[in-house]
Amino acid sequence: MDAIFVLEQLLNGLGYGLMLFLIAAGLTLVFGIMDTMNLAHGSLYMAGAYVAARVHEASASFALGVALAVAVTVAVAAVLELVVVRRLYRRDHLVQVLATFGIILIADDVVKAIWGVAPLLASTPAALAGPVQLLDGLPYPSYRLLLICAGLAVAFGLYLLVNNTRIGMLVRAGASNRQMAEFMGVRVGAVFAFVFALGAGLAALAGALMAPISSVQIGMGEAILIPALVVIVIGGIGSVRGAFVAALLVGMVDTAGRAFLPPALRAVLPPAVAADLGPALAGISMYVLMAAVLALKPAGLFPARG
Amino acid sequence: MRKPAGRHSAHLPGLVRRLPWLVLALLAAFPLVAPAFGLEYYVGFVRRVLIVAIAATSLNFILGYGGMAALGHAGFIGVGAYTVVALVEAGVSSAWLAWGSAAVIAGLAAAAIGAVSLRTRGVYFIMITLAFAQMLYYLAVSLRTWGGDDGYGLYTPLEMGAWLDGAHAQVFYWVVLAIAALIFALFSRVAHSRYGHALRGIRDNETRMVALGYPVFRLKLAGFIAAGAVAGLAGGLLASHNAFVSPSLMHWTQSALLLVMVMLGGLGRRWGAPLGVALWLALEEALKMHTDYWHWPLGVLLLLVVFHAPQGVSALFERRAGKEAAR
Repeated sequence: MDAIFVLEQLLNGLGYGLMLFLIAAGLTLVFGIMDTMNLAHGSLYMAGAYVAARVHEASASFALGVALAVAVTVAVAAVLELVVVRRLYRRDHLVQVLATFGIILIADDVVKAIWGVAPLLASTPAALAGPVQLLDGLPYPSYRLLLICAGLAVAFGLYLLVNNTRIGMLVRAGASNRQMAEFMGVRVGAVFAFVFALGAGLAALAGALMAPISSVQIGMGEAILIPALVVIVIGGIGSVRGAFVAALLVGMVDTAGRAFLPPALRAVLPPAVAADLGPALAGISMYVLMAAVLALKPAGLFPARG
Repeated sequence: MRKPAGRHSAHLPGLVRRLPWLVLALLAAFPLVAPAFGLEYYVGFVRRVLIVAIAATSLNFILGYGGMAALGHAGFIGVGAYTVVALVEAGVSSAWLAWGSAAVIAGLAAAAIGAVSLRTRGVYFIMITLAFAQMLYYLAVSLRTWGGDDGYGLYTPLEMGAWLDGAHAQVFYWVVLAIAALIFALFSRVAHSRYGHALRGIRDNETRMVALGYPVFRLKLAGFIAAGAVAGLAGGLLASHNAFVSPSLMHWTQSALLLVMVMLGGLGRRWGAPLGVALWLALEEALKMHTDYWHWPLGVLLLLVVFHAPQGVSALFERRAGKEAAR
């Protein structure tokens, strides 16, 4: 385990963390502002990945694939908000779980009907297929570098949007005290619809960008949903800044756990035990992190509601 | 379209009282009459419904009466199932010892998890129970001695005792039915006991119950442990039923499904859990027979329940029975 390997894994962790942030940002806003538990957020991520993969394959243009993925998913989300989610805002959390679980079931079958059961193999754009020599002896896949740059750019854009624009101010007002925002004359219905569509767009972008380095298949939404929920709980529900910090933390911890724990255990434990324990601890690490954070700060790192 | 009020509705309360026994009698008779109609296959199906209903009943107890929204209940099912695997691996062949241990070990796991989780509220409780179940899931995935990701096959059935094993091909069905009926009766009874009322009080207003001097945390923990143990028992039975145990038993969607089935039937209602499980699994089975696309009708059903029957399906029956009884 040398410095190059460590650096490479840290970059991987950063990329994964940034993608988690794109998913978690929408989730935390929907949760924080509308008090709505949306399990179907992962399905929007899946939609983005599928559209991007197929459009890229058909048109040979990666950028077009990403753009269409975001556009299609935002349109789907707008319809979803209008037909179902809008009627859930004032309901109980458990009812929201029930309804959005129903949406997951429907979404999985729709994807199966359109694109089939077999996982898609999304290819990286040809221009970014090769590695980049970051340092002497550290070649890094240029596609993963793009992932990091795109993630950072979107995070910065979101920061500006939330902190420096009028709509961002309304969003923050809704997150910290929804009722008061309503009293002050904020048209919450419009803000809700905007936030839901924004979250869907970010999730779709994450899905489109992750497609070439993960398997595009039914159930990918359910798999990414849990880490995203862990992120928003660690960060503090409703806080975009919290989601950013927590996403990087979770991305780093998860990647580092998978990369460094098994070899470290092999060094100190008998091989048979280490082979069993290593992957288990690596899989668990992010949940341990969440339990630890909740034990110290029960409302997450950056509670949105004072 | 309703029948005019008459003799039937006058007898209704009596019918409602006898309904559990009627259902029990029908279920007990099912394996005997099934071959005559060519329904042998469904004996196994009903057995699975009964086992899942045991787990769902325990979840309904803590969620519906105790207000504890646990999204990790499948974790305890998994603990029970893997306890059976561990004992079989160690050479145990007694079914009662294996299932009993499944309940005890799952109860211990629930004690540890509950002691930590019950200090949190609301969404954080949902998330932390989910997190613990995920930890158990990853533990099972990586334990290669018990099959890891591929699962573990239980090739020789456990022995339930000499006179039971040889008696009839469907003995296991009746054993499951007896256990399910006992558990159902037990939870129905407890729900209306002093303890059950205290639990409902905590659900509705925890602060007030603390002020009244109830040991709120201990009462909740007791319920959580009992529910975990019963889910573990269901897990042990499920291991015998499937003759196979894999980590997928504990996947978070299984916990969510259990929650969905309870809510479909009717949260905090006596018949909610068994009704929800039976309805969901029967629909799933029927849809699977006709189409590969069996998820979306169930999804639509959930949306319909949310918007048109938010109290669950059993509430629809209760409302009708109540109306007719009132006339």
